[in-house]
Amino acid sequence: MEVQMERPLSRRVNVGAAERGVSLLSGLALLSYIFKRRPSTKMSVPLVLEAGYMMYRGATGHCVFYKMMEINRSEEGNRGIEVQRAITVNKPRDEMYRIWRNFENLPRFMTHLKRVDVDEAGGGDRSHWVAKAPLGGQAEWDAEIMEERENEYIAWNSLPGSVVDSMGSVEFSDAPGGRGTIIRVSMQYNPPAGSMGAAIAKLLGEEPGQQVRDDLRHFKQMMETGEIASVEGQPSGRNNDFERSISERRREKDLVEEASVQSFPASDPPAWISGKKNKRSLPS
Amino acid sequence: MKAVCWNGITDVRVEEVPDPKLINPRDAIIQVSSTAICGSDLHLYDGYIPAMKKGDILGHEFMGEVVEVGSGVKNLSPGDRVVVPFPIACGNCFFCQSGLWSLCDNSNPNASLAESMYGHSPAGIFGYSHLMGGYAGGQAEYVRVPFADVGPFKIENGFRDEQVLFLTDIFPTGYMAAEMANIRPGDTVAIWGCGPVGQFVIQSAWTFNPARVIAIDRYPERLDMAEKYGRAEVINYEGTDVVETLKQMTGGMGPDVCIDAVGMEAHKHGLEGYYDRAKHAARMETDRPYVLREAIQACRKGGTVSLAGAYGGFVDTIPIGAAFNKGLTFKMGQAHVHRYLQPLFEMIESGQIDPSFVVTHIFPLEEAPDAYEIFKHKTDGCVKVVMKP
Repeated sequence: MEVQMERPLSRRVNVGAAERGVSLLSGLALLSYIFKRRPSTKMSVPLVLEAGYMMYRGATGHCVFYKMMEINRSEEGNRGIEVQRAITVNKPRDEMYRIWRNFENLPRFMTHLKRVDVDEAGGGDRSHWVAKAPLGGQAEWDAEIMEERENEYIAWNSLPGSVVDSMGSVEFSDAPGGRGTIIRVSMQYNPPAGSMGAAIAKLLGEEPGQQVRDDLRHFKQMMETGEIASVEGQPSGRNNDFERSISERRREKDLVEEASVQSFPASDPPAWISGKKNKRSLPS
Repeated sequence: MKAVCWNGITDVRVEEVPDPKLINPRDAIIQVSSTAICGSDLHLYDGYIPAMKKGDILGHEFMGEVVEVGSGVKNLSPGDRVVVPFPIACGNCFFCQSGLWSLCDNSNPNASLAESMYGHSPAGIFGYSHLMGGYAGGQAEYVRVPFADVGPFKIENGFRDEQVLFLTDIFPTGYMAAEMANIRPGDTVAIWGCGPVGQFVIQSAWTFNPARVIAIDRYPERLDMAEKYGRAEVINYEGTDVVETLKQMTGGMGPDVCIDAVGMEAHKHGLEGYYDRAKHAARMETDRPYVLREAIQACRKGGTVSLAGAYGGFVDTIPIGAAFNKGLTFKMGQAHVHRYLQPLFEMIESGQIDPSFVVTHIFPLEEAPDAYEIFKHKTDGCVKVVMKP
């Protein structure tokens, strides 16, 4: 359903500042070498291309190869993620606190977490977190509760030396008018130095704010209704895929994308699906 | 099973699809005995509602027999005959507990999509686009009903399907429009649209003891129905200045209450009609607001405008200055069907109303494509279509 937009150039920067300078300078140096020494034509074509690419990489900060390898060494890519979201759940505050206090419950609604194991020996303050990392990998770290006030607040940090430097907190307050509990969640992932940074930056998906909002919504649904609203596995005319050729399916996929949010507002007469040719003649 | 699938604009097909299964503990599976085409299904049929996917099963007005229940459903058992409200509501959230069932916080699996468009997500609705949850609808042999411990309403005694089917949507929708409009004894009520919802608005309006009910449409059979069953005075808007006529009829005062039972696909001739068609074609406007404009213009100072017809997106050139300076009150929204099931069923039970009067056509489900066309073009005197799987 998401409309994939071409990202503006500034957002595609994946090369760090110092590295960009080096790229630009080496491109210029190579160019001046070509002009001064005038190597044979056979040699000069790849050299000119190389010089051009180095200058492009330096000037725009976009590296095609880093992109392919999902590496991001720019300052932005290494900034990490900080997300704050709130939701109101129609349940008493102490009950909500108890559920959150056991971190083993978190993966039930936090999509990016695979598993959290609480170390009961330490009074339940220490826990081991396993998150889904990009490309099917996983990231693991240990965390400890740093501060807690019963039925009000829990804050946790990853232990020093963890591959993933993360912190989080959750605050519970009574919603006015007896409407349950307001839960404010804050999560932060700070990337470590090096190329692991890009992977950590993606722990919460491409849109961390939306991800955490959806996670909290699922939490609310579980708490209030005992289940998560779903249409997965229900029938539709699309289940008959085996009867359709791949090309037909591809066409259908395109149609679906066009006919979704993007097509809003829809037009009349329709511009995106020609309904005219399907019109049935009326029985008179 | 057989189901009516949306395949594109004005393209519905009856297709063989897998039977529905229980997905969540509070689900039930219903074997559909009757299902109706709603005026708002035509908004999907004509492509006015965004986020439809090819293959979606349509239908939100349906009733039938319970065949299977999940572990969380204690109040229903196989064999029960039920009508199912069109909004899906959990019964647990702030909104459900406040009686605002169509605004349930928990029943839309695509809530983030709806939030991005509306700011907040309304309840999920059967067969009514992925914006409203993407639930498979009830124009099928079987349908999965989520939160079945909350929605379905048991009909135990011997009423025909056509007498109780409209409890699922159009009767409560019409009733709520009248109730919201704050009709007081002696009021004059004007109702735009004498389709199935309009007919129920007329019926419901009388229960609040107004002095007059005036109904506006252009199809003679619908106006006849409004006169015959609804004891309404009627205006055929074709070739008539509705606002001026209403003024004449009310001695210059204007109707105290104006109810829009048409919604986003209103029709109008002349310059204003071309204006909105052009804007619509350029995708600058999704809904055609003629009725809303007229209602605002016609309504008496300090009166109420109540919307029962569905809107989905954006309109422009709404005379908000007129509305403000005349001190109008606006009321609107999808019907909170659950709230009205018991009281409206009692009206049927007591013989005060027999909703089956709106039914003009009954088709087998297999003939859904023709049924949609006839209903859309209102040919053959068509007012309301019921289909039998």
